[in-house]
Amino acid sequence: MKKTTSGIKVAKVVIFIICCFLAVLSVMPFVIMLVNSTRSTTEIQQHAVSLIPSNYLFKNLSILLGKTFRPTVGFMNSMIISVCSTALATYFSTLTAYGLVVYDWKLKNAYFSFIMAIMMIPAQITMIGFYQMVYKIHMTNHLSMLILPAIASPSMVFFMRQYMKPALSMEIVQSARIDGAGEFFIFNRIALPIMKPAIATQAIFSFVSSWNRLFEPLILLTDQKKYTLPIMISLLRGDIYKTEYGAVYLGLAMTALPLIIVYLALSKYIIAGVALGSVKG
Amino acid sequence: MNKKKKTGYAKYGYIFTLPFTLTFLIFSLYPTLYTAVIGFTDLKGIGKTDFNFLANPFENFQAILSSPTFQLAFKNTVVLWLCNFIPQLLLALLLAAWFTDRRFKIKGEGAFKVLFYMPNIITAATIAILFNALFGYPMGPVNDLLMRFGFISAPFNFLVKKNIARGIVIFIQTWMWYGYTMIILISGILGISPEIFEAAEVDGANSFQTFFFVTLPNIKTILLFTLVTSLIGGLNMFDIPRLFQNGGPDNATLTTGVFIYNQAFSGSYMYNRAAAASMIMFVIICAASGLLFWLLRDRDEAKLKKEIKKREREMRRAGKGA
Repeated sequence: MKKTTSGIKVAKVVIFIICCFLAVLSVMPFVIMLVNSTRSTTEIQQHAVSLIPSNYLFKNLSILLGKTFRPTVGFMNSMIISVCSTALATYFSTLTAYGLVVYDWKLKNAYFSFIMAIMMIPAQITMIGFYQMVYKIHMTNHLSMLILPAIASPSMVFFMRQYMKPALSMEIVQSARIDGAGEFFIFNRIALPIMKPAIATQAIFSFVSSWNRLFEPLILLTDQKKYTLPIMISLLRGDIYKTEYGAVYLGLAMTALPLIIVYLALSKYIIAGVALGSVKG
Repeated sequence: MNKKKKTGYAKYGYIFTLPFTLTFLIFSLYPTLYTAVIGFTDLKGIGKTDFNFLANPFENFQAILSSPTFQLAFKNTVVLWLCNFIPQLLLALLLAAWFTDRRFKIKGEGAFKVLFYMPNIITAATIAILFNALFGYPMGPVNDLLMRFGFISAPFNFLVKKNIARGIVIFIQTWMWYGYTMIILISGILGISPEIFEAAEVDGANSFQTFFFVTLPNIKTILLFTLVTSLIGGLNMFDIPRLFQNGGPDNATLTTGVFIYNQAFSGSYMYNRAAAASMIMFVIICAASGLLFWLLRDRDEAKLKKEIKKREREMRRAGKGA
């Protein structure tokens, strides 16, 4: 008996050490990035790893902004796209799920199977046709072309339906009808508030994935004023920043730091959301 | 009366799902069909939109399938996916088994989960360029560390070695995704009824037996979910290989996603070839996910469902008869 408990103790220590190692591995690249963003290129060339920040932050900033990298422009465009597409995706996915849960209509089950089927289609595959279509109607540099497709988010509809089924009781809907409420009023004033927790979780993931998206914006946006943040980041690999190590690290840090802060603040909900998505999905 | 009311509300089902339907038709179905059509045409050249169908309709498909670059890109994609998915899944399973085992209560479990998942939330573009800088030559951080600890005496140019570049892409993918997979597996394991574990314990099963004969079979659906989503993501891998080395060195990290992008949006802007390659990938993805579903389908459950449906039909028939 004693032997097994000591065995468990040893195992616990080993597991803890492995976990610490993995945690360091997760954090280390970002730490190097943050520290190096305050160091000069010469300092980085002498010793690329240091845990002591230097005082070249503002010098790096002026080098960084002196070229094509416009973080504020990228930030604003990414913000517009992410906020709008998240709002559209959550509202219309809940609406679609409501249509599937509350009403009995002939094609209901077929429609749900259809949503399950298209969930697997990756947007990348259809990109050539999408680009040609958008190009033909002269909308290539319009952010709306990256926002509107969010209205049809099959996996979010699936999640919302799974959540709504037990959460929304038909009795509430019925009694609202008796009180004379219209169908859209019932959806907006009764169903939406009930769905708030699910909407919050899905909103986080929708926002993050649209914030991080590179492929579609890279193809559709050619005007520098319309660039999103991931496209701005891709400029850091260009030749003009080749020898400016400090500035490149600073540019990367400027794009990663807001995400890291928001993530750490919301991590509890995000981790729970990932877990929830899998059980329901 | 009751029936009439029901049909009265039924129209709202169509109205409420209409925005989804319309958006799907315009932004998803139409582009898919359009892509398929372009695959059979001569559409190429920057800014071109008009096209003619080719005399040999399958010319683009044949050209893509016999192109050594596409073959290499496809091979790379499969290798990069397999080599990141297998260690990622094993690591995630191991961590999930540890984190859910009641005998070890690991200190700081919550903090570990948060840190393991963190790379997944950061923009892939940032991560690709960050790793490009980390493995920089002659004086990147990795070289600096290796030299300081005496592993190498002179800086090593990682980024020009084909297999090392592949290895780094594989490492990035694994590093970004094992936390996500782990959280999903943990939630799957926590969803298993505790009674099953208790029964196994009573029967004297050790941790290995419990894991292989109780835990694994019970999270089969979730494993399938992880496998299929990872496969689809893996076959579309773009951001990391594109920004890490733009498919290089010497096409060693060229994936089909990067190949399609380069065909359509650089060089001679061959939309037709890119469209054909997209459709080939589309068919491969559908076939692969279909095969996985079929291989890992729950045979007993499928039987049960069939039985239930049969019963229902019989009941309905009986009901109609009566």
